[in-house]
Amino acid sequence: MDLISALLFLAGLCIALAIALAVANRWLKVEEDPRIDVVEDALPGANCGACGSPGCRAFAEKVIAGEAMPGECPVGGPEGALYVASILGIDAGSVEKKVARLLCAGGNDVAVQVGEYEGYSSCRAAATVAGGFKGCTFGCLGLADCEVACTFDAISMMPNGLPLVDLEACTACGDCVEACPKGLFKIMPVRQKLIVQCRSILEGEAVTDLCKVGCNGCTRCAADAPAGLIEMEHNLPVIDPNRPDLQTEIATYRCPTGAIVWMEGQQFPERHRALKGTKESEETDRAV
Amino acid sequence: MLPFLNQGAQSFRHGIHPEDYKAMTRDMPLERMPFMEEVVLPLRQHLGAPSVALVKPGEKVFRGQLIGEAPAFVSANLHASVTGTVKRVEPHHHASGKLEEAIVIERDPYSPQSLYGEQKIDWEDFSPQELIDHIQYAGFVGLGGAAFPTHVKMTVPEGKKARFFIVNAAECEPYLNSDFRILLEWTEAIFLGIRISLKILGAERAYIGVETNKQEAIDRLREMMPSDLPCEVVPLVTKYPQGAEKMLTDAVLDKEIPSGKLPIDIEVLVNNVGTVAGIGQYFSYRQPLIERVVTVTGPGIKRPANLIVPIGTRLSDVIEFCGGLHENTRQILFGGPMMGSAQRFLDVPIMKGTSGLLFLTDQEVFPREEYACIKCLRCVDACPVYLNPSRLGLLAKERKYEDMMEFHILDCMECGSCSYVCPSNIPLVQRFRVAKGLLREKMAREKAKQKA
Repeated sequence: MDLISALLFLAGLCIALAIALAVANRWLKVEEDPRIDVVEDALPGANCGACGSPGCRAFAEKVIAGEAMPGECPVGGPEGALYVASILGIDAGSVEKKVARLLCAGGNDVAVQVGEYEGYSSCRAAATVAGGFKGCTFGCLGLADCEVACTFDAISMMPNGLPLVDLEACTACGDCVEACPKGLFKIMPVRQKLIVQCRSILEGEAVTDLCKVGCNGCTRCAADAPAGLIEMEHNLPVIDPNRPDLQTEIATYRCPTGAIVWMEGQQFPERHRALKGTKESEETDRAV
Repeated sequence: MLPFLNQGAQSFRHGIHPEDYKAMTRDMPLERMPFMEEVVLPLRQHLGAPSVALVKPGEKVFRGQLIGEAPAFVSANLHASVTGTVKRVEPHHHASGKLEEAIVIERDPYSPQSLYGEQKIDWEDFSPQELIDHIQYAGFVGLGGAAFPTHVKMTVPEGKKARFFIVNAAECEPYLNSDFRILLEWTEAIFLGIRISLKILGAERAYIGVETNKQEAIDRLREMMPSDLPCEVVPLVTKYPQGAEKMLTDAVLDKEIPSGKLPIDIEVLVNNVGTVAGIGQYFSYRQPLIERVVTVTGPGIKRPANLIVPIGTRLSDVIEFCGGLHENTRQILFGGPMMGSAQRFLDVPIMKGTSGLLFLTDQEVFPREEYACIKCLRCVDACPVYLNPSRLGLLAKERKYEDMMEFHILDCMECGSCSYVCPSNIPLVQRFRVAKGLLREKMAREKAKQKA
């Protein structure tokens, strides 16, 4: 008897709740724009926050509301933005490919180390101990905080201790910018080809004694470049990002240390080829 | 109710008992370090905004002259520590590991290096605000290590009051003896500093908290204590981190400071004994903060000593004065072994907050292999602010920094007790520092975003 009454009770409860759900579905439904789901499906779904919204759905809502352009999602890239734009029949906005660039070229083959660090293997931990073990106060410490932080596996550490950003995989989400304690990453459009791979504010031998490829603040690039492109600030050339038309490789020709470079796409291209190529080439690269 | 002050030693709960290694320099009287050819005075030697240089290269300056002015309330003035000529104002290596603007002064070799404007200050008739203005002018900061501007601390916020003034002479860091030597040798200056502080604060009672491994100091303070000074010497159990102001307040008055609050919220104000003695000296002969006591110690240095060092003296000069280093020296720390910061360059200057120089050899410093957490909870028993370092450490290892907020990571004061007791050699405090840095950056970014 007890058994049957229990079964009946549960069955009754199920039916009552089912009716409540049915009523809620029929009468209490919140109308939502069906396009939000479509756009969300079209987005990469990484929920990385690079667009400034808390996730892909929030971004989709903004796009539908006209508060954001599809091109503002850096992860989807130009194709993704155009796809979303075609679904909605709107303008994609600027769909320029952006990428994270490392503003340091001082690997352990060219930069001096003045200390030994044997603690917790993290750039940020090393940086809190007297700024790290490197001679240069501004340079990359090479303990791979950025590699760990990268959501898209776009960063791998090279044999010389510097991180390599894969141009194809990088979505310019900015994780590495936040992770680096030295602030060495900068998100730049790929068309920005003239790049200073150094952040040292020192000048002359104070720089070159510590790193062979650091910028010594000689100002030759600023003199050689078209007027108005390069300004010197704290012994570093600052390239005006709003004048891509003025960019020229000539600015790099007389650089005594090679700190300013002309970058066609991939950063550190030889290392990238070696790392992505066969194992043999990786070994030869180490030997070099 | 006040605790029974003279019945044995008091302390706070939790904490650790590291070997104190103080014997090396314990009985060495204070020794004056000569003026070096060049001193480097960074504009950032305190918490808050860096001071602004008032002098240009080529200018003559006198020992004790104001050369850097505080641009804001939370900042401190800077005075020349030698008579000479300003050579450069340039970015210089700094104990924090960064490059900071610094004034480099070349010593005048023919100057007697007497103090600029030396005179006794008749402070008895001053109002509390005038006394604070004097302290602010003299550029005093907390000399225990954190270098928080003293005039900011002494300015009691409206609606609050300070009933008790505690002089922090716990000196719980192993190896260091600078506070101990100050207690023994500058006793009169300490009493004068306490009198002035009591007048500023309108406090009813002062306490000097001294750990019992400094028994001579306790005896001497009790013997010399003026009968009209409402001050008591409180012997404390030798324990780390008793010198942290929250722990010290708990130990001396048996009053706990709630999370996120300051001692002033429970009517207490704590100052380091070096600062108090410095204030006493300033009012006796108008010497601003231009020199400080530094314990030079550790197995790595040939001649350990307790030195009075002009602020801005380079580390390399101190090493040379102390006979050089042993060959196996491996690490140089500014401060003690628990909270001191390792140095990368030998040309960094001694600053207002540098309480000691510790030279460790490869006998003490070597890489330790990290093992998994065995949940022994020794860290939980050690943590003076009642956190759960074991749990926090696991979260930090997985870089779940957001979740650490739930476990009150921002209450951590980075004393390192957890790392010290961990049998698995887990770098707990190191990970917490990383987490705290990232969380603070994130909070600052969010705040900036909200503003925009």
